[in-house]
Amino acid sequence: MTQLIVTSIGPVSSVQDGGRHGAQRYGLTPSGAMDRLALAAANCLVGNALFAACVEVGPFGATFKAHEGAVRLALTGAPRSADIGGRSVAFETSMTIPAGETLTLGFARRGAFSYLAIEGGIAGEPMFGSLAVNARAGLGSPYPRPLQAGDGFGVKAASTANERRIELPAVADGPIRLVMGPQDDEFADEAKALFLDSDWKISATSDRMGYRLEGPVIRHLHGHNIVSDGTVDGSIQVPGNGAPIVLMPDRGTSGGYPKIATVISVDLGRFAQIPAGTGFRFKAIGVAEAQDEARKFAGLVRNLPDRLRALETVDLNIEALHHVNVAGSAVSAHDAGTWHGMMRD
Amino acid sequence: MVPLLVPPRLLPSGDSAITVEFSRHIDDASNQRVLALDRALADTPIAGVTETVPTYRSLLVHYDPVQIGFEKLGKKLLVLAERPSPAIAKARRWRLPVAYGGDNGIDLEDVAMTLNTTPDDIVARHVAGHYRVAMIGFTPGWSYLSGLEPFLHMPRRQNPRLLTPAGTISIGGVQTGVQCLAGPSGWHLLGRTPVRTYQLHREPIFLLEPGDEVSFFPIDANTFAEQDRAAEAGEIVAELIAS
Repeated sequence: MTQLIVTSIGPVSSVQDGGRHGAQRYGLTPSGAMDRLALAAANCLVGNALFAACVEVGPFGATFKAHEGAVRLALTGAPRSADIGGRSVAFETSMTIPAGETLTLGFARRGAFSYLAIEGGIAGEPMFGSLAVNARAGLGSPYPRPLQAGDGFGVKAASTANERRIELPAVADGPIRLVMGPQDDEFADEAKALFLDSDWKISATSDRMGYRLEGPVIRHLHGHNIVSDGTVDGSIQVPGNGAPIVLMPDRGTSGGYPKIATVISVDLGRFAQIPAGTGFRFKAIGVAEAQDEARKFAGLVRNLPDRLRALETVDLNIEALHHVNVAGSAVSAHDAGTWHGMMRD
Repeated sequence: MVPLLVPPRLLPSGDSAITVEFSRHIDDASNQRVLALDRALADTPIAGVTETVPTYRSLLVHYDPVQIGFEKLGKKLLVLAERPSPAIAKARRWRLPVAYGGDNGIDLEDVAMTLNTTPDDIVARHVAGHYRVAMIGFTPGWSYLSGLEPFLHMPRRQNPRLLTPAGTISIGGVQTGVQCLAGPSGWHLLGRTPVRTYQLHREPIFLLEPGDEVSFFPIDANTFAEQDRAAEAGEIVAELIAS
């Protein structure tokens, strides 16, 4: 049987899809892809359901071997060097690994997460309708944990469809938009202004649960303990030390720190791809405007198939791709939960 | 005469969720209203609502903004919240076995010392309580129980522990809780239950529901070990005494 075998991979790489919804009332976090547009685009390129499970590749390199047959797949998300048997391949295209050959991915050059969609999807046992890995709860399939060298995915024989590319809209580079609340009244006007008018950076200690922010200290009006209430992807909670944390898909379902604001759903993927140390700002918008954006985004995702194009033969040696160390030798198992710090090493 | 209820506050949690806030504090009346609105939404679904998360003081309502907007959903939720609470269906009542103290509850003696009493008295008081699942959150199956007697109210630990055992029964602030998975906790550990409130490949996967009533009974360490093995094999070692 044809398999795509993971022959090397760094930490923070796992199977992710549109997420596991419906059991947050039992404390079960949804998980799911950090960058949903990239997930949907990868799936679209190989004809899968848009929110089917993909391999979410963290910021480090990885290699995948087509075993006993050719494997058709697509790559999107954080750009990085990619080649099949030494021939460069482009992101945002589909491609086929001939039997016995290897796809080699370098470190992410921008952003953190790339998505590898396998034609026909990933076979596994859905739990609450999802294959997404939630390592803490022991959920996810076919592996309920981050991927390791030696893991493999059974795949159907590659189709002979022509390879395609997808024309995605340019990624906006403006501020990350948010809606104030639900607990912005736990902060004085000056603290809110400081939060909105400051430059922020993603801390090296971030992970799939939350991105810690570095910047000015945001003080609370009445202390940092509130009675726990529910969280969403993008909730920005401010713990006692005044350093905000943006909750990401592996977040706890409830939390006891005041949440000053919430990143809008459309900007979450773009936010997830901001590398540690890069400055960015927030901008507050109203709920109605955020929902207009969400509806437009839903339309964009729904119509992704209209953006598919035949893949012309292009010269892929545009960039002299230097091969970075993909073996992850700089990675310590001790720090497997976070990645940005290692990126700066 | 039914007292006039203060309408909850509708707070946006981004563009795809509303926090319906009944209180800023832990109080039983507000938690009852949270659970009542949760039930009302289950009985009278609103198109576009995708899931709800009850907590002590608020109901988080996730929804799809493509199907319904903040203003329209907010109005519908206010109507449901101000409706007189439907007759509460008889809550399910669970009895959970707990091995108190020793390796199973490493803080029992310290708690007794802090409260100027004996470990036996702490256990007797904890066992005497009638609790209700106010919310489940943080990690799968972590059930926060209301109804802890004031004598046992204690501030959380200054230094939270990074790893506490699966099944831990603990107290923190005005609450007691059943922790399902091993994980961090700043609460005081009184004992362990072999009961899995969350277990894959078992029916039901989640044992407790928000609103369920819970009480505890003591077992010894050997019984714990025995029941822990049975529970690991998928047995529900909790007693359901009414439903």
